[in-house]
Amino acid sequence: MKFIVSIVLMALLSVAACLYFPWWTIAIVAFIVASLIPQSPGKSFLAGFIALLLLWGSLSWYISNNNNHLLAHKVSMIILKTDSPYLLIMSTALIGALVAGFAALSGSYLRRK
Amino acid sequence: MKILPLIISAAVTTGLVVTLNTKLLLPAPLGKLLSPQHGIWQNAENATADFKMDLSFPQLDGAVDVYLDDRLVPHVFAEEENDVYFVQGYLHAKFRLWQMELQTHAAAGRASEIIGNKALAHDREFRRLGMGYAAEISLKEMENDPATKASCDAYTAGVNAWISSLTESQLPIEYKLIGYTPEPWSNLKTALFLKYMSYDLAAHDDDIEMTNAKSYFSPVDFDLLYPSKQDSLDPIIPKGTVYPAPKVIVQAPATADSVYLQNKGLLVVMQEEKPDKENGSNNWVAAGSKTKSGSPILCNDPHLGLNLPSLWFEMQLSTPTFNAYGATFPGAPSVIIGFNDSCAWGVTNGGRDVRDYYEIKFKDDSRTEYWFDSSWKKTEFRIETIKVKDSANYVDTVAYTVFGPVMYDKSFSGNRVVNNKYYAVRWKAHDPSKELLAFNMLNHAKNYSDYLAAVTNMHTPGQNFAFAAKNGDIAMRTQGDWPAKWKGQGDFIMPGTDSSYMWQGMIPQDENPFQYNPERGFVSSANQKPADTSYPYYLGRDYPPYRGFIINRKLSAMNGITPKDMMAMQASNYDVFAEMARPIFLKNVNEAALDAGEKKYLEILKTWDLNNELNATGPTVFSVLWESFESSVFDDDFKKAPAVIQHPFESSLLDGILRDSSYKFLDNIETPQKETLADDVTTAFKSAAAKLKTVEVEGRLPWAAYKATRVNHLTKLEPFSRLNLPVGGGTHCINATKENHGPSWRMIVSLTAQTEAYGVYPGGQSGNPGSRFYDNFIDQWAAGKYYALWMMKKGEENDNRIKWKMSFSKS
Repeated sequence: MKFIVSIVLMALLSVAACLYFPWWTIAIVAFIVASLIPQSPGKSFLAGFIALLLLWGSLSWYISNNNNHLLAHKVSMIILKTDSPYLLIMSTALIGALVAGFAALSGSYLRRK
Repeated sequence: MKILPLIISAAVTTGLVVTLNTKLLLPAPLGKLLSPQHGIWQNAENATADFKMDLSFPQLDGAVDVYLDDRLVPHVFAEEENDVYFVQGYLHAKFRLWQMELQTHAAAGRASEIIGNKALAHDREFRRLGMGYAAEISLKEMENDPATKASCDAYTAGVNAWISSLTESQLPIEYKLIGYTPEPWSNLKTALFLKYMSYDLAAHDDDIEMTNAKSYFSPVDFDLLYPSKQDSLDPIIPKGTVYPAPKVIVQAPATADSVYLQNKGLLVVMQEEKPDKENGSNNWVAAGSKTKSGSPILCNDPHLGLNLPSLWFEMQLSTPTFNAYGATFPGAPSVIIGFNDSCAWGVTNGGRDVRDYYEIKFKDDSRTEYWFDSSWKKTEFRIETIKVKDSANYVDTVAYTVFGPVMYDKSFSGNRVVNNKYYAVRWKAHDPSKELLAFNMLNHAKNYSDYLAAVTNMHTPGQNFAFAAKNGDIAMRTQGDWPAKWKGQGDFIMPGTDSSYMWQGMIPQDENPFQYNPERGFVSSANQKPADTSYPYYLGRDYPPYRGFIINRKLSAMNGITPKDMMAMQASNYDVFAEMARPIFLKNVNEAALDAGEKKYLEILKTWDLNNELNATGPTVFSVLWESFESSVFDDDFKKAPAVIQHPFESSLLDGILRDSSYKFLDNIETPQKETLADDVTTAFKSAAAKLKTVEVEGRLPWAAYKATRVNHLTKLEPFSRLNLPVGGGTHCINATKENHGPSWRMIVSLTAQTEAYGVYPGGQSGNPGSRFYDNFIDQWAAGKYYALWMMKKGEENDNRIKWKMSFSKS
């Protein structure tokens, strides 16, 4: 239950924070949530990782799908040197996941005795 | 608390964030770029995006309604004239901000601020040419005229209203990818943008190359290689026109022959950045006597570099004082090429030489004093501080003389050896100019006299202004403020030690060649020489004659013209240059010396219908053959010439061999025997065939594949560009589409009671590569098709072409 709540909180609070603050506030959100909801370091990491993997993955997919992937085709060629909107979406999701995962891990160590 | 694991994982997290937020380790800040709420995803415009907006601004005097049609063309209806410019600025910025800032940064010599060291040579070049200096002078002139100042102030306020509302997520994608943010707009930036156009259109010169050519070749050879007369010239103002005696009498200095025209001093100068010589265009008007409707039809297609986002943005501007439709410049107020309820206008480039160089004699290396008219004169210095991204500032101290800035000296020569001389540039664009007033007045023009009063404000860049009105008037004016030159003045670098070589005056406005309702029933221009030798002022030698020739031939023969005929004409791929040159090849090639493979290409050339159609192979064969022919004629003569030298124009070689089949340069000076035209043609054919074989193996024998027309994004990023477009045409065709250059806006306006207008440009209204409006006109343009241009009227708000409404009100 804690695990699910952590994931949902991290995702929702990240969306809210990013409306007003820079992208890396996702790290602060994951850190705070993980420090307030104690779990094992492994579970905390996974909660942050999954929260942002799902959030950034679904947000970028949603935007790109509404755009008929027009821009993702172009930008994937510039950034990834390969024409693949889905690879760009997965890269986006993975970046969010890694940052939030490690931030959540740090949060859990803060509370751990 | 577990200290060690906490420290480690916190360090990893911080490291990740820093890495993903900067370019320290990655080529781009990937976290920032890919954050769905901040980065590039925010530029992925919804395919059903809604552009409806309700906005209010204290700067407005009244209400402004904007109706965006299905092509995203804004039809702007304002209650107060200046409000229309505010909204124009706002919309330009909303759809094209990045290009506006990039172009004005480039104009000001500030590109290094954005892209770093690699732009430093460009920035120094532009600053030494005095672009900023010229823009400041221009700004003063703009702000002296109340109407121009009011329109610019409103325009600037509109751009800034958009910029100040921008959030990180709304930044154009290029800012995100390159990593910077926009600065506020200003009237100076509008002036800089206009100077950028002057650079593009009125900064071409061959003075350094010509000086070397003059020094290297004998006077007889020089005249053969660089004749000022073109046999196929059909000037803008027809031959036989009688001009009054000139009011400005210019006198060549007494020393002109000895120290200038016959001077043999060679220069070694770095190849400078040069605007495209082919920045040309077509415009013509058929009078009512030649059209089916009985009303004039005006056509214009300015040829410029083809870029995305496009230089042009299509708009209708409607106020109680005027109602105009056409192509606008993101960066400046008003409609630039277009029509209103009474008349239509279009431009081609005047192309006269208004950029000359003078050799300056400084007292010493400090450059504080220079010798002028028998005394030492004080230099003025302009200190140019160039900010360079990721580097220290670069400070360039530019010396200003009575002629203008010293552009070339030993400190600015690029990476080549240069002599120790100083060359100042005299450029007409340094003088005050009122081009915005000209366009403002054209937007309001009701008749020929309004047009005349408007265009005479256009000083630089000089343009050939075509005009047609609903009352049936048509006109063409080769408009500009042109220096009155003596024969040969400014063709080469001139002595700068006294005033005798300076420009002695400007050609009076009433002596600019023009035509008003000519008997032949049409006017036209295509950058050819404006007048024949009966015009009393020197016009220089560098003009392309062929497009003008074919346009006039076609128009002379046409009657009962419809807009559809004009569309076909603008898209005409007929190559009149090949029509003149091919018979020489076919007559002189020694067929017996060709093998079967080579004969195949000869057969293609023979059977070609002279149209540069996209799938034709004839144009490729002809194009490669002509290049090889130029090599076989001239390579030996230029082998020992300086690296920076003018090569003869195509028309000079063609005229040369048409006039004289034993043209002097046909002989290869490196062989004992004397080569003939047949020898050169056959040699050229064999080397062309070898090259064509490779081209054919690569599958590029069809013309469009060989030419590979593309529309580049301004960063040249390929995914944002459109490559290998299926387009025919070429340099000498009316459809002058080359590799990356061609008709940047095609417009046809039939001035019937209810105006019938068509237009298209190779781009799209949105500058955002993530929008479906980014490049949606390109295929239509490539196919030679048009959109109907809709001059919307009040009361048509519910027309089904209107997709979105934006309301602006006073707050």
